Amino acid sequence: MSSVIQSSIIKKFAMALSGLFLIVFLLQHFIINITSVFSEEIFNQFSHFMGTNFVVQFIAQPILIFGVIFHFVMGFVLDLKNRGSRNVKYVKYKGSSNASWMSRNMIISGLVVLSFLGLHFYDFWIPEMKYKYVEFLPDDPNRYYTELTHKFEDLTKVVIYVVSFGFLSLHLLHGFSSSFQSMGVNNKYSPIIKIVTTIYSIGIPFGFSFIAIFHYLNH
Amino acid sequence: MVTYDIDNISPDMSFLEMMDVLNEELASKGVDPVAFDHDCREGICGSCSMFINGEAHGPDRLVTTCQLHMRKFKDGDTIFIEPFRANTFPVIKDLVVDRSSFDRIQHAGGFISVNTSGNTQDANAIPIEKSNADKAFDAATCIGCGACVATCKNSSAMLFVSAKVSQFSLLPQGQVEANERVLNMVKQMDDEGFGNCTNTGACEVECPKGISLENIARMNRDYLKAKVSS
Amino acid sequence: MSKLNSKIPKGPISEKWTNHKNNIRLVSPANKRQIDVIVVGTGLAGGSASATLAELGYNVKSFCFQDSPRRAHSIAAQGGINAAKNYQGDGDSVHRLFYDTVKGGDYRSREANVYRLAEVSANIIDQCVAQGVPFARDYGGLLDNRSFGGVLVSRTFYAKGQTGQQLLLGAYSAMNRQIARGKIQMFNRHEMMDIVLVDGKARGIITRNLIDGKIERHSAHAVVIASGGYGNLFYLSTNAMGSNVSASWKIHKKGAYFANPCFTQIHPTCIPVSGDHQSKLTLMSESLRNDGRIWVPKSKSDAAAIRDGKLKPTDLSEEKRDYYLERRYPAFGNLVPRDVASRAAKERCDAGYGVNKTGEAVFLDFASAIIRYGKEKAHVKGLNENDENLVQELGKEIIKAKYGNLFQMYEKIVDQNPYETPMMIYPAVHYTMGGVWVDYNLMTTIPGCFAIGEANFSDHGANRLGASALMQGLADGYFVLPYTIGDYLADDIRTGPISTDSKEFDEAEKAVKDKIDSLINNKGSKTVDYFHKKLGKIIWNKCGMSRNEKGLKEAINEIKSLRKDFYKNVLVPGTANSFNESLAKATRVSDFLELGELFAKDALERSESCGGHFREESQSKEGEALRDDKNFTFVSAWEYNGEPSNALLHKEDLKYENIELKTRSYK
Repeated sequence: MSSVIQSSIIKKFAMALSGLFLIVFLLQHFIINITSVFSEEIFNQFSHFMGTNFVVQFIAQPILIFGVIFHFVMGFVLDLKNRGSRNVKYVKYKGSSNASWMSRNMIISGLVVLSFLGLHFYDFWIPEMKYKYVEFLPDDPNRYYTELTHKFEDLTKVVIYVVSFGFLSLHLLHGFSSSFQSMGVNNKYSPIIKIVTTIYSIGIPFGFSFIAIFHYLNH
Repeated sequence: MVTYDIDNISPDMSFLEMMDVLNEELASKGVDPVAFDHDCREGICGSCSMFINGEAHGPDRLVTTCQLHMRKFKDGDTIFIEPFRANTFPVIKDLVVDRSSFDRIQHAGGFISVNTSGNTQDANAIPIEKSNADKAFDAATCIGCGACVATCKNSSAMLFVSAKVSQFSLLPQGQVEANERVLNMVKQMDDEGFGNCTNTGACEVECPKGISLENIARMNRDYLKAKVSS
Repeated sequence: MSKLNSKIPKGPISEKWTNHKNNIRLVSPANKRQIDVIVVGTGLAGGSASATLAELGYNVKSFCFQDSPRRAHSIAAQGGINAAKNYQGDGDSVHRLFYDTVKGGDYRSREANVYRLAEVSANIIDQCVAQGVPFARDYGGLLDNRSFGGVLVSRTFYAKGQTGQQLLLGAYSAMNRQIARGKIQMFNRHEMMDIVLVDGKARGIITRNLIDGKIERHSAHAVVIASGGYGNLFYLSTNAMGSNVSASWKIHKKGAYFANPCFTQIHPTCIPVSGDHQSKLTLMSESLRNDGRIWVPKSKSDAAAIRDGKLKPTDLSEEKRDYYLERRYPAFGNLVPRDVASRAAKERCDAGYGVNKTGEAVFLDFASAIIRYGKEKAHVKGLNENDENLVQELGKEIIKAKYGNLFQMYEKIVDQNPYETPMMIYPAVHYTMGGVWVDYNLMTTIPGCFAIGEANFSDHGANRLGASALMQGLADGYFVLPYTIGDYLADDIRTGPISTDSKEFDEAEKAVKDKIDSLINNKGSKTVDYFHKKLGKIIWNKCGMSRNEKGLKEAINEIKSLRKDFYKNVLVPGTANSFNESLAKATRVSDFLELGELFAKDALERSESCGGHFREESQSKEGEALRDDKNFTFVSAWEYNGEPSNALLHKEDLKYENIELKTRSYK
């Protein structure tokens, strides 16, 4: 088993899998959130379901949290190893001539997204956990929309969110299609994967930003 | 880092001929010349290994340093020349590095275990689909120069190793020990201390032979398959 | 004289090798484990020999001066490898390959060796395919062939323009397998400095570790020299910068005869010299002559205009061009053998028809091939064959698929697009047919010292045909030496390990150290390259594509005084105990300075013209080479005698029992 974890290719494979899992989660998160723009009622319904369903709460949620933690811990492990593979650095290194900024700086975009996650958890997840599992407050199926809009009244927060979504976009632009390469998929469909990556990586963070700005403007 | 001034360079000179001029000048003064690896000077032996102005084999594409010509530079330019750098390529002297880690990876499985007795079956006994034969050839054109490692921000050798693995895994002759080969070669690669591939694609761009990233994907695939079935 | 026993087995030529294999002595597997063999060089010959000997069970120590065995200069061979497979059904056979090679070599090679080479050629292809060498294939999945100079069949197997690379990687992979098993001990960046003889037998070598300058002793029961040719004698050649004669020359000085040193191949299609700074020449594969047509302008004024850049070659109409090979040799046209093509190019350029700035280049033109292929493709695709643009486009695609890497290489070096304008080419030194004299078992005149591949002399006579060098290297290494070496080693099964603590090793090591110290401490005023360039100029001008008595005599004297100058004035910077390329070069050039003299002496002695050796005194009225079979049907084997000029000539008479000696004609 230890040989499995030590293998560079397996590490990359695990990184790709957890990344793709998070991408799927992100899509689902987005679909629920975007309903808040159209209908308070639908948003509340979805949120209530997600917040109270046993499978979501006690099976999917721990997996998700594990996925997030695994992805960033492994990200750090790989990055440290990679940085340590060249102890004497080049005096002149022209990285931009042969690789995109995104692909070279996943650790930076990742760190921004990670800090954002901290803020995001502080904003939503921790209060939510407290509400349900610490203070055992009564179930209120209609509280979600108000809580959401309430958070986006502060301009600074909206700006932080939008900037973070920008970095998320950069992270995804490389990470999404790259995960297929790590899993061994590089064939005639790869151009399609690239297109899907671009659409997804720009579209989803843009959509999240839109939701934040929308609620800021409409509070 | 030392700076040398050098005159009388014609645009038709190759980069290494420029180095020759410099070294001839140094040698004639009794100074030890700048050491660098070179041999065939036609882009096939893979000896030359300079990191020029921040890029492996310099600014031109699909060439080795020996095929890089001075017409790619402007008169008066200051050119930065460094050795290929990676922990796995320790510097021997000046611009000369030790790439024996590549050899050790090959020892671990870069072969088909067939005796050289000549008592094999006829060469045409197994037809090979042309597209596979061509792909195997493309992978096999790797000259083992190490530009991929030198260029990669992670000093990863995945392009090199995957080219060597693919060359065999694409041919029916290489199938018999395909699983063992990929497992052993990747293990040796990891043991040597190369970094991980993060799919930046820099290696493919800087590779003087244009070895494709497809090989890395193929090796990932072969490796995962081998891991599952072994 | 008795030393020159070629040991050719008795019997009809087609059975000699089989009979010989059946009758030579063998070493049992248990005894092989007790026997060490040193192999110097890891090209096709050395690499394949190391792998096979190790596989048989011998303990092999392999040496190369490069940082990896895979970088030996065999890797640069482009065009292909011959084999009498007759896959094309065009009438090829072992006999025909044998005949073509002997004829191509201008009847100066040993029949029995060449026949054996042709015989095992087919095995090489089987072997390489089994090893995973990706030869070119057709759409049916079977192996493809192309045609090379001097033959009328398609028997050349190839892997685009990188056949040597693929074959060497094959041999290297076989070595890797044995290195992993511990049967080959690999010494990279080690240069052989001398051979050690104990009781007259080759028992080891002295090497210098090129990284730290350490002088090391290595012993073995036999020493195999596979260090390639000596083309770098000319300074400018298509050889790698490090290619050298030192291993061969050192064994020559210790008793191995050196055969036919003057037989050098000047390859007709190389990229012309662009200036004094030039460090090496780049070959454009002979395979290009399958499709390229060679020409110069018919009139001198057009040639002058092209030289001055006033006229573009593409502007010259067909009737103003002289396709001189097609004119002079209608049967073989552009595919005449290398020596003939080279001389014809020199003849035109000397007459004032050269087409580059220095007047030393001719055109190699693909325009008509592009049109021919384009039309064919258009026809196949059912498109308009008369649409010029379409035909050009389709034709270029095909040319690109066939020769893409060569065209790219040309463009990188010359900065001209060969798809649009004809290539400029000129002959350059490429291969040396001469080398260490060996008998049928590939053993030199030193017992226990073998020479294989380009380092020996045996198979190519006075001129090598295209795609035969790879064949010979692999044949020697995979299929010949592993058998014949057993015959010698059978006596050594009781010898036990050879000690390096002996007077002979002491003496050899001391001589090497003394020489190195004297070079380092000389502190003269001229660099090593100065001497090498000067030597190259003498050899190229006076012992190059055409030679005459006066020039050769001058060359001998000039080389002699250059050598004196070298030992007096050479400046080798750096120290002996470090990575020091100047020192490595100095030791190699000092050997070239001796070989050069023997080279000229041999050329002077052989007053006939044959193959690559063209004596101006011996030519026909049309300027073709004139052989003198009556007086020169022999191999010149030179015995070292203190000074290159004092070398003693031994003659191995060549007997042609299966092929009739004829004037070589490609008309």
